[in-house]
Amino acid sequence: MKLGKKIFEIIFHARGGQGAKTAAELLAQAALREQKFIQAFPDFGPERTGAPIQTYVRISDEPILTHEPVVDPDVVVILDETLLGIVDATKNLDENESMIVNTMSDRETVQQKTGYIGNIYPIDATSLSVEIIGEPRPNTAILGKLLKVSEIVKLENLVEVFREKYVDKIGQEKTEKNIQAIERAYDSL
Amino acid sequence: MTNTTNKTNSVALTGGAAAAEALRQINPDVMPVYPITPQTPIIETFAKFVADGEAETEMIEVESEHSAMSAAIGAGAAGARAVTASSSQGIMLMAEMLPIASGMRLPILMLVSARAISAPINIHGDHQDVMAVRDQGWIQIFSENAQEVYDNTFIALRLAECVRLPAMVVMDGFQTSHSVENLEILEKSAARSFIGEYIPKKYLLDFENPVTFGPVGLPNSYFEFKRQQIEAMNRVMSEIGEIFGEFGKISGRNYDVFEKYKLDDAEKAIVVAGSTAGTAKVAVDELREQGEKVGLLKIKLFRPFPYAQITEALKNAKSIAVLDRTVSFGSHAPLYSEIANSLYQIPNTRYQIQSYIYGLGGREIFKEDIKKVFKEDWNNKEIKYIGLKENE
Repeated sequence: MKLGKKIFEIIFHARGGQGAKTAAELLAQAALREQKFIQAFPDFGPERTGAPIQTYVRISDEPILTHEPVVDPDVVVILDETLLGIVDATKNLDENESMIVNTMSDRETVQQKTGYIGNIYPIDATSLSVEIIGEPRPNTAILGKLLKVSEIVKLENLVEVFREKYVDKIGQEKTEKNIQAIERAYDSL
Repeated sequence: MTNTTNKTNSVALTGGAAAAEALRQINPDVMPVYPITPQTPIIETFAKFVADGEAETEMIEVESEHSAMSAAIGAGAAGARAVTASSSQGIMLMAEMLPIASGMRLPILMLVSARAISAPINIHGDHQDVMAVRDQGWIQIFSENAQEVYDNTFIALRLAECVRLPAMVVMDGFQTSHSVENLEILEKSAARSFIGEYIPKKYLLDFENPVTFGPVGLPNSYFEFKRQQIEAMNRVMSEIGEIFGEFGKISGRNYDVFEKYKLDDAEKAIVVAGSTAGTAKVAVDELREQGEKVGLLKIKLFRPFPYAQITEALKNAKSIAVLDRTVSFGSHAPLYSEIANSLYQIPNTRYQIQSYIYGLGGREIFKEDIKKVFKEDWNNKEIKYIGLKENE
């Protein structure tokens, strides 16, 4: 986060239907548990399944007044690696900031595709979620990595929020598997 | 989704969900609904509350917005507390019924997620829909964020029932309706006692005192009906202070008909309504840090328009820019016109006042855009546009 900046800002790049909005809202609700001020909103462009979309999150110790889209992110999360090189994900992303990418490729490949020389954290969140949950749910799993990298909210708060929100919707077993995926992504190198 | 814990009333909700949460606590008698983006999350969230038994409202799924307003009018005339919600073309379609609600003096509450008007088709936020119906006898209150949406829902309903006129609570489509933000909600008992029981003065189902609603008003009486409506609207200004005061006591949030932000000693002031006021506050803060004497007047109550108070609030500013998120083709934009009218009341003074149009059809507006506006000359030789791409 840049010097003097009071609001931590995240941009999720994904394709419509990949659950970026859900991920952003989970993160915001977890931050609320820590008495933070939050904002989570999708980019209000055309909303079609498969089309590139952005979702924004702001987390702060002070009230958030602005309603502009995030222009200067501290972390960028890319949920779909086919977006690399298609969307301008590195805009205003400084060397000491971070990019988290759901990919099977390594750091060097991501660097080549994006030209970003800062901190790149590749994680194969899709395979991880298929292995643990049995379904491709990279949107929740990748949050574990995001928390590890940014330390913006505590893992236990995200886990609690997830459990509270989803246990009635998807049942105990699937909820615990999602949580396991989040925790595995958190612990991954 | 509500995330209320036992310890606190802090929640994080979208503006749409915040409106639905307020309605859950209000528990209106009747809510006729017809979906339209970006309003649908309001009725969708509220329908879930009703299905879960958290509100006892009679929801009526109608076949159009025209019918939604017609059903709200029927319910209101029967003596029920009636609410609905809409946006854009929905408001255009119910336009025929809006003055009937106000003319029959029915305090119907409508949540509006303000959106652009076709053509071309655009589902995104601006203020063209609410501004198009600004002269239909409805109270109109703008909201900056989810907290204000929630609070205004209570305040507007009280106000509407007090003066017996319908009211719209306006939030910016998407920017507010679809953004998750922090807000504090009221204790249910405090909310209930603030709203109170609705006791209509006259209603159709009062068989002891039969009345009629919406009869013919010929040249010998119509004019007097309209005059009474004007008086009712004027009464808002004398009642709203007490309602704000009562709301402040139960919520700790003290409101006025507008909000002054670093305005008193400002030489250059921007006037704006809705979510952009928040972004403008950040721009003002940053320019103030550089020593610029800038400020903001955030419009909340637009109908009735608080001319006298605004004249007083702006009297120290040397130049003023008014940012409208709508257009009035062949004329000045509505908010600009109202501000110009307010300043006209100040004797022996010539203000520089500039009209800007921004954000039509969901065009983004950034803090840097507003800082740039503050640095421009406000000589009003022509209407200026913020973020228009043909200037690039």
